[in-house]
Amino acid sequence: MEKEFSYVILDSGRAVVNGRSLEHEQTGNAMLAELYRAHIGDWPKFFKMDTLSKAGFVASELLFKETGETRCGQDEFTAHRAVVLFGTTASLCADTNYQETISDRDNYYPSPALFVYTLPNIVTGEIAIRGHFRGETSFYVVERPDAAQMAFHIACAFDDDVTDSVLAGWVDSRRNDDFQTFFTLVERGALEGLEDRIRTIMNNLNI
Amino acid sequence: MERLIQCMADNVVSPLGLDSAANYESVKAGKSGLSRYGSMGNVRTPFTLSRMDRGVLDDACRSLGIPTDRYTFFEKMLLASSVQAVENAGIDASSPRVLFVVSTTKGNVSLLGEAQDFPRERVLLGVAARQVSDYFGNPNSPLVVCNACISGVCAQIEAMRAIRSGRYDCAVVVGADEQSPFIISGFLSFKAISDDFCRPFDSERRGLNLGECAATVVLKAADSVPDGCWQLVAGAIRNDANHISGPSRTGEGSYLALKEMLRFCTPDDLAFVNVHGTATAYNDEMESIALSRAGLSDVPVTGLKGYYGHTMGAAGIMESVLSMYAVKDHTVLATRGFARQGTSCPVSVSPELRRTDGRQFIKLLSGFGGCNAALLYRLNGLW
Repeated sequence: MEKEFSYVILDSGRAVVNGRSLEHEQTGNAMLAELYRAHIGDWPKFFKMDTLSKAGFVASELLFKETGETRCGQDEFTAHRAVVLFGTTASLCADTNYQETISDRDNYYPSPALFVYTLPNIVTGEIAIRGHFRGETSFYVVERPDAAQMAFHIACAFDDDVTDSVLAGWVDSRRNDDFQTFFTLVERGALEGLEDRIRTIMNNLNI
Repeated sequence: MERLIQCMADNVVSPLGLDSAANYESVKAGKSGLSRYGSMGNVRTPFTLSRMDRGVLDDACRSLGIPTDRYTFFEKMLLASSVQAVENAGIDASSPRVLFVVSTTKGNVSLLGEAQDFPRERVLLGVAARQVSDYFGNPNSPLVVCNACISGVCAQIEAMRAIRSGRYDCAVVVGADEQSPFIISGFLSFKAISDDFCRPFDSERRGLNLGECAATVVLKAADSVPDGCWQLVAGAIRNDANHISGPSRTGEGSYLALKEMLRFCTPDDLAFVNVHGTATAYNDEMESIALSRAGLSDVPVTGLKGYYGHTMGAAGIMESVLSMYAVKDHTVLATRGFARQGTSCPVSVSPELRRTDGRQFIKLLSGFGGCNAALLYRLNGLW
């Protein structure tokens, strides 16, 4: 029997888990907080994150909830999980927010808490910390969403012998309250059809 | 048969020189690109920086036939380096069998803070990278590796994998970053910057210096790597899963990445480990723990930040290239700024040049997001 693949889609007004819409009243960042409270709730670091990390964190948590995974990476399997994410705008939202803090000489207040999120790979670190994943974490910036390109580089992650599974996804945020993300879990040996699967999910996400 | 990965050509463009050999000779002679600055834009706190002279870069571009008004500083750095490396490699970079991999942390971010002579979309890293692949007429969508300070090592690892897969025969891996008030103010806000010359692994170290550089390696598939040529043997990326802006107390990710490299070599095979060595209290301490846990306390360790500062997207590539030149020259480069051991685990670091007959080295990096990466290069045959 062909294995069912789980995926999560989140954008500014939508939360979809395996084709099933999750209830929410808010949109944008408020929706992420609402989903966090309803489905996660035990990771207060969430509130310190920027939009990109919040979206990635919530999407990954919803995915693990759906797959019924016990978190913690104490077992060898998840300890060697890779987190491989893609996007086109990278940290543009955080960059723009940080730039505002240094543009005005009379109102100059650069903050390390904002600056750290101007690195788009921070979202991979946030997810690795939560799941105790000590495998590879990578953030790739691409010109545009391209299922073939993504599937190719996800497959490349298995070139590392210890990588048993890859938490793969797309995260983009141009400005606060505006984000698009999807996540899926790819296991070693289960790469067949990955490109089509990503294409279907991306069509659904309208990116 | 598994495809081997050969390094065909390299280049480094920096304040210390416009090609790899000039850079190596400068570093071997003990020269540093670092200078003290009192301010930059709205940044009013003193800092020390290795800054690329804009006029020198423009002259270099003109002599290479690169139009200087069409590209940003960041793009000109990428082009000045990659054009030279591609020429030396003798490859057809317009082939669909060639992949461009760009390593950077912030690319054209300075466009956010300046009156813009360039379209705003150039702040998007994929669009900036396309300027480079388009220059060579390459049809593939370029891949940008944006993994904070470890990007340059990750970019080489991903290029290696892309070639091994058989889809590409060759990869041009180029990295650079521009040091603008954006990045300098950010690191200052972290209190990670020293206003004085950085002192990697030293007991008096007080923080890092930033620097500007561009570096390129051209990697190619090979059935066998000829004598006297470089092979990229292996690479690994590992996360501490500990903290987004502080290194692990146990050096977890760096230790795991080093351990992975030791599947392909023994400590005795190594000429040296070229470390990150940023000269922040936490980074160098963490690296000393990781090296010790991996059983590498006696292997010579060398760091280049005292010559270049932290060149971010270029660091993993430039430091690999300089390490190749050093191994061929039977030399462990001096760690400029180091005087007295200042980490809890002893490592074999020295302010002097040392001799080596080793023919392999490990390049190690770590960065924000808890990421760590290592790769192993081997010089083949007798030389």
